[in-house]
Parts: sequence; C-alpha cells; structure tokens
Amino acid sequence: MISSIRNGTPREQGARVSHVPVSVPQEEAAKISIRNLTKTFLTRDRIFTAVDDISLEIQAGTFFMIVGPSGCGKTTLLRIVAGLEKHTSGSVEVVHSHPGCPGNSMVFQGDSIFPWMTVWDNAAYGLKMRNVPKRQIRETVGHYLDRTGLTKFANAYPHQLSGGMKQRVSIARAFANDPEVLLMDEPFSALDEQNKTLLQEELLRIWDETKKTVLFITHSVDEAVTLGDKIMVMTAHPGRTKAIVDVPFARPRSVLELRATPQYGELVYKIWGYLREEVQHAKADAEGNA
Amino acid sequence: MTRISWLERARVTMSWGLSRERLWSMSAARRDRLIGIVSPVLLLFLWEGAARQGLIDTRFFPAPSTILRTLGRLMESGELWEHGWASLQRLFWGFLVGGIPALVLGIVMGLYRPLRAAVDPLIAATYPIPKSAILPLMLLIFGLGEASKIVMVAIGVFYPICINAVAGVLEINKIYLDVGKNFGASRWQTFRTIALPGALPFIMSGVKLGVGMGLILIAIAEMIGAKSGLGYMIWNAWEILAVETMYVGLIMIALIGYLFSLALNEMERWIIPWKAER
Ligand SMILES: Nc1ncnc2c1ncn2[C@@H]1O[C@H](COP(=O)(O)OP(=O)(O)O)[C@@H](O)[C@H]1O
Ligand SMILES: [Mg+2]
Repeated sequence: MISSIRNGTPREQGARVSHVPVSVPQEEAAKISIRNLTKTFLTRDRIFTAVDDISLEIQAGTFFMIVGPSGCGKTTLLRIVAGLEKHTSGSVEVVHSHPGCPGNSMVFQGDSIFPWMTVWDNAAYGLKMRNVPKRQIRETVGHYLDRTGLTKFANAYPHQLSGGMKQRVSIARAFANDPEVLLMDEPFSALDEQNKTLLQEELLRIWDETKKTVLFITHSVDEAVTLGDKIMVMTAHPGRTKAIVDVPFARPRSVLELRATPQYGELVYKIWGYLREEVQHAKADAEGNA
Repeated sequence: MTRISWLERARVTMSWGLSRERLWSMSAARRDRLIGIVSPVLLLFLWEGAARQGLIDTRFFPAPSTILRTLGRLMESGELWEHGWASLQRLFWGFLVGGIPALVLGIVMGLYRPLRAAVDPLIAATYPIPKSAILPLMLLIFGLGEASKIVMVAIGVFYPICINAVAGVLEINKIYLDVGKNFGASRWQTFRTIALPGALPFIMSGVKLGVGMGLILIAIAEMIGAKSGLGYMIWNAWEILAVETMYVGLIMIALIGYLFSLALNEMERWIIPWKAER
C-alpha cells in the first residue's frame, strides 16, 4: 500500500490475491493456482494489456520456470502473485499449509538488499519483521549465510560486495524467511556468465534441502532448462501462455554435466523454437511502434 | 622492505617545509590546507599591526590582542560561561522541540502521498517568511521567558529538517519499499527499517542547515527581551559600547557553529556507515 502511494498506477482496479488456508496438504494439490489472470495498465493515452488470460497450476515442490522475451509481462505476473500489484481480472491462490509461515518471499530483479543494513541484518530481515525469537533467527540466518558462502561477510555492508554476492544475500534473505513459495525475478540476469553458473549451482543445492515451490522467471532458455521441473513459455505482448514443457532431468543436478548431455541441447532447441517466433513478434512490435 | 632511519626522515621533513620548490611540488590538497591555515593567521597579524599603528579605528576594530584579553576577563568572571550556557540550552531544547516533529512529519509525508499533498502547500507558503520577522509574534504569544527563544530556534530548525526528510524518503528506491511490503513490514517497521535509514543522508544535511539557522535565530531572539545568552551579551555590549565584548560574543557564536559542524560530521560517519567509506 505504501509503494502504490508513491509510484503506483492510481487507476488500476482489481480483486485481491487470496491466500486460502488449507489444513491438510495433499501431495498432488496445486500450491499456486492462477486462473484467467489478466492485467491491464491504464496509462495516460491507452490501455495496455501486460498479462492476458493466463491460467496455471503449480504443484507443491515444483521448480517452475517462466521464460519469455523482455517486456512480455513476466515481472507483472510475479508481482501479482506476490501481492505487490493488483490484477484486473481472474484469480490467484497460494495454498497455505504451514500456519505462521509467510505466503511468499521474492528475490527481486536488480539490487534490492538494503544498503544501510549489514549482510546479516539483510538476511534476517523477514524473520525480524515477524518477531521470530532471536535464537531461531541466529540459527536460520547462520545456516543460509553458510550455504551461500557469506559467513565471512556477515558484518559487511552491501557496497563492499560484488554483484554476485549481493544476489546471494537476496537469495539467503528469501530462503531464511521460510515462505510457502519462493518467487524469483531474473535474479541472475545482471551477472556475468561464470557468476551466473556458480549461483545456479548454489541455488540448486540450497533448493534441494527444502524442495519449496519456486516460481522462477527468466529470459534465458538455458537457465530455464538448467533449473526447472516445468517451463512455461510466454508470448510477447500481450503475455499469454504459449506452451508448457516438462523438464525430465533427474535431481540433484550438476549444471555443467547437465549442459554436456544431448538431451539438454534438444530441450533448449525445442524451447527456442517456441520462443523464436515471439522474439521476432516483439521485435516487429517495437519497430512498428518506433 | 626498505627502512628509513629517523634521521633521514627528519631531514626530509625539515627540508620539506623550507624550499619553495617543495611548496609547489607538494600535493594540491596539502597546499590548500597549508594556505588555509596561513591566510587567517596572516590576516590577524595585519589587523593587530594596523590597530597598533593607528591605521584602523580601534573603536570599531579593536586589536585582536585586546579582544583576547577581554575574552580572558569574561571567562574569569564567569560571564562568558553563563551566557554561553544559556544559549546552548535554548539551542538544545529548540532542536528537540523543532527537530523531532520535523523528522517524523517529513518522513511520514514522504511515505503518504495524501498527507504530502495536504501539508506541502502550507510549508511552501510559510517557508519564505523570514523567521526573524515572526519574533514579535512569538514574544506576544510565549512571553519574554525561555519559551519564546526555544520556539524561535525550533521554527528555524523545523523547515530544513522537514523538507530534507521528505526529499530523503522520495529519493529512496521504490524497490526497498516493495521489499518491506513483501517481507511483511508493518507501518512502524517500514518507518524504522526503511524510510528513516534510507532518508538519513538527506536528514543529516537538513540538521546541518538547521544548526546554522538555529544560531542565527538564537542570536536575534536573545537580543530582544532576554537577560542572558550570547545574543544578549552582544546587544548589551553595543548599548554600553564595549566593543571588545561584542567581538567575544561573535567569536563564541562562530566557535559553537564550528564545533557543532565538526560533531555532526563525526556523527554522520557513525550513524551512516554505509556511506562513510565511499
Ligand atoms: N506500472 C506500469 N504502468 C504501465 N505499463 C507498465 C507498468 N509496469 C509494466 N508495464 C508494461 O508492461 C509490460 C510488461 O512489463 P514487465 O512485466 O516488467 O515485463 P518483463 O518482466 O517480462 O520484462 C511492459 O511493456 C511494461 O512497459
Ligand atoms: Mg522483468
């Protein structure tokens, strides 16, 4: 509510994201259900449809990838699931199976860790906001800083860290908060190739410990195939579902070994096939507008 | 590792200050610092000399040495402490009374657009009024006691801190507010963990401006309707034509301002560690 007062679009209408509590979690139950989700932005001179009638069921424990060209509405979709943005129509449900746990935690696109807090305080942020007992905070944050290789930097401030380190803090912050679902918005897109691969490896390792439901957004086909269990390909403007593809690779995965297999290459090629048309559409759109 | 003996080092240090080529070959920053020390000292000597030679009218510009003597006398008699302490106390309370509401209002205005829309015009309309011009009104409302002086300082401090706090919150990248929301920060937590620390660099500039404003206003307020304080001391000195005392008062006010700015710079390094090393 605070954010929308500062920079929000005042004329958006829409229903609210409902978090339905369910006491008995079922193995096959959808953790995230998105039905006919549409989001239109009303700008000064036009109505712009960013997300168009997307329906999606994500099972508990799935690492779900959304891949699509830049500007196709991925961030918008994720922000709606996170409750940071109101949608125009349709519904989003995130099933709560652990009372007391937050619904979702987001790893934002770009720098989002607080410059005025140390690495430790950043990672502990969600737990502190929920007034979790100090001892438990120490344990949980200590664990995730260890997992992300940040223990040595616990007392450092973000300006002393590299881009990769900052994203690790952001990931530690989200995992430490122990949410029902993790939302990740292109967390590695600003990193160089080597750092990206390292962080992907680390993310997979950390994720294997908890197997939380993840909704991960990327514009990189490689990243989608490397990390995901399922991949949804989005169309360029307006954002619709183009295809949903299963990723058959076993876990735990090693990023480099996986990439050396022919199956990996085939899947990347297949998804590129879906995406190529969309990228071309997006380009044509951009040229048409210019 | 090469070791330099203390003798060599001493020789380098000694020759360093002497030769002219050295003066111009030292780093620009060092040179500036040296010039910054030398020039006021030189001016004082010129002033002293001119006063002794009768080149300037010592009724208006008494020699620095006589001012210094008066300073010593006022310190001994305790007058200087009495007035200095009175001014400091008023400054302190004025800062508290004006600064804290300014801080809270400014941050909340930065966070809530409707409040900003409501209060902004009021601030814009009252800010340009010279604060000294409302002294009579304050005397009327708060009387001749401490309250009117404290309120004057408070008003002077209020504007720069409030305006800077609003600007500081608006400068905060929106993504941090989204993070707060996503991680379930309450309003109070948002204020405490995001808005306040995020706006702090701006707020500190506001506080520094506020110190200057507070000193101006305390001097003016004490000149009228006060029986203590540095402003009173200066005004009283004018009435009895004790020019040296007047200069002592000016020096004291300048000194207080200088010490405050030193303290604030130190404090800034301490409470904004994430900016200090850049
Ligand atoms: N607040 C907004 N107002 C108007 N248009 C917006 C707003 N936010 C995003 N958009 C538009 O919606 C489209 C999708 O944006 P986004 O979800 O950020 O794309 P992606 O994350 O896939 O790159 C873009 O064309 C963008 O310009
Ligand atoms: Mg995006």
